[in-house]
Amino acid sequence: MKRIDAHNLKYAVLNELVRQAIAEDHDKIVLDGVCGQYYIGCGIAKPVEIVVNGVPGNDLGAFMEGPTIIVNEDAQDGIGNTMSSGEIIIHGNAGDVLGYSMRGGSIFVKGDVGYRACIHMKAYKEDISPTVVIGGCAGAFMGEYMAGGTLILLGLNRDKKRLTGNYLGTGMHGGAIFVRQSVDETLCSPEVILNKPDDKDMEKILVNVKKFCSIFGYDCDKIINDEFVKITPKSKRPYGNLYIPGP
Amino acid sequence: MVEITNNQGFAISNDPKDASGCGIFGIFNTKGDLIDGSRVVSAIDIMRDRGNGLGSGYAAYGIYPEFKNYYALHLMIDDDLAKRAVEDFLERRVMVAERSGIPTRGMKNRKRPMFFVYFVLPRAQGTKAESEYMSESDADEFINKLVFFINENINGAFVISSGKNMGVFKGIGYPDEIANFFRIERYKAFCWTAHNRFPTNTPGWWGGAHPFGLLDWTVVHNGEISSYGANKRYLEMHGYKCTQKTDTEAIVYLADLIVRKHHIPIELLAKIFSAPLWEEIERMPQEQKQLYKALRIIYGRALLNGPFSILLTFKGGIMALNDRIKLRPLVVGKKDYTYYFSSEEAAIKHVCSDIKDISSPDAGEPVIARLNNEAYNVYYGVEDEED
Repeated sequence: MKRIDAHNLKYAVLNELVRQAIAEDHDKIVLDGVCGQYYIGCGIAKPVEIVVNGVPGNDLGAFMEGPTIIVNEDAQDGIGNTMSSGEIIIHGNAGDVLGYSMRGGSIFVKGDVGYRACIHMKAYKEDISPTVVIGGCAGAFMGEYMAGGTLILLGLNRDKKRLTGNYLGTGMHGGAIFVRQSVDETLCSPEVILNKPDDKDMEKILVNVKKFCSIFGYDCDKIINDEFVKITPKSKRPYGNLYIPGP
Repeated sequence: MVEITNNQGFAISNDPKDASGCGIFGIFNTKGDLIDGSRVVSAIDIMRDRGNGLGSGYAAYGIYPEFKNYYALHLMIDDDLAKRAVEDFLERRVMVAERSGIPTRGMKNRKRPMFFVYFVLPRAQGTKAESEYMSESDADEFINKLVFFINENINGAFVISSGKNMGVFKGIGYPDEIANFFRIERYKAFCWTAHNRFPTNTPGWWGGAHPFGLLDWTVVHNGEISSYGANKRYLEMHGYKCTQKTDTEAIVYLADLIVRKHHIPIELLAKIFSAPLWEEIERMPQEQKQLYKALRIIYGRALLNGPFSILLTFKGGIMALNDRIKLRPLVVGKKDYTYYFSSEEAAIKHVCSDIKDISSPDAGEPVIARLNNEAYNVYYGVEDEED
């Protein structure tokens, strides 16, 4: 294990130190005193574990392939941007554009996330598919242009907060969003359709919610026994006829 | 149009890559407790990579208690000729209670303008006689016209702020460089805003850095106003000339026009700037629907289109606002009586490590903090007695 004190380090220096530690074959790297440094774990293609103490900067885990990143506080914008595989665990809230263009791996967020979570998330065939589980609530434009993968929104500790924002699933053309309890249909874009999850879906939800609960210490039975709503696109090409009217 | 031929002094960034995206930061204490300038400097400096060394600045409220009833004109002046022209003009138009250079340190290898502060009161009709009684709103209007006259007509001179008991400090450089230049650590204020990066779509120049100020208004802005042309023409119809070569000044003038002149509350100004979409208005209850429809019809050309997050400061208050679909980051924190506003949460945690109450406001939903009455009287007291 390697500890790195990130106090007053510029992001380029910090990320270089992380890469050096990986080159020295450390399989666990703990970063202390992180304060807004960008691109932590960016592009790393080894199954190492990176623990972040403090608030990491934007684009945490971007383009990464394999590492596990654990953030013990809140995180900022652009987490898991275009990541291919690996896992990101956030013990606080996350900012905007979580899992932007994510292609594989998984993200677990204990708290709320900002606007545009999982926009343009995509999957490749059956086996390469990203999964995102959000414990709290989400902002508007969730799942916009989503092309694949699984997004589960639990809405825990919600109080009076809105569960999702407006324009849910705008332009969505693949993958599935599962929302615990109910979805305000007026917030959904006309390109999506609401259903009850089937048994296969519930299996998928159970596996991921179980994992979520074991990470963050929730009682899984309480959560899984609630109703879930499944949001899927009506069409694979929602805007196919937008400019050129089809048949 | 004023020519900005001198003092361009572009800084050349040595960074291999420009990752910038504008950083804004603000602190506000509702009890009026003074906050050290060094705190806001260290917070905005955490977001150094959001800037590019081509502009940054600070606005501070409550910094001139000994002249709290005078308009503090912060002037940016290119040369002695311009200084003489400004001073001649001020002598004729206003009563100058005090004048001084704004304290600065040297700046290595960089051309820079001179900065002065004049504490003034309007003088009636250019006579040398003592000013006749002028209501606060007349005085504001007088100073407003004065500022626009200087910015438009006196070559090499710009008024960068003109409110009471406040001031703007800005220029070309990274936030720490500008803070060092203006000795920001010397000032204590109940309200601070800071900005990092250059004016939108313009080469960085000293007057173009944020914050932009007019009377008691200042704005720092992350983003871009796509509707600038429409906003500018609307402002011109009401006598405001956009002279700073970038979009952000339009926000200041719109606030001045709509709130000071049209007496629209600041909460509704937010709904004019970031108007709800028509389909959202359709879903509103009847009464609300009427109001929002009216605002969109009357103030359609004051709508700010495009991505932005702004901190708008005014007499005794601050408003943080996003565009209507939240295309720029904005985080708000609160601890006891202090509000924190930032582009990134890390900057807030950096200056207040044990803060718990942190959230991101929704698109178009303003977060407004105001001084309590007692504190307001301390900083702006006399005006209330005149009412």
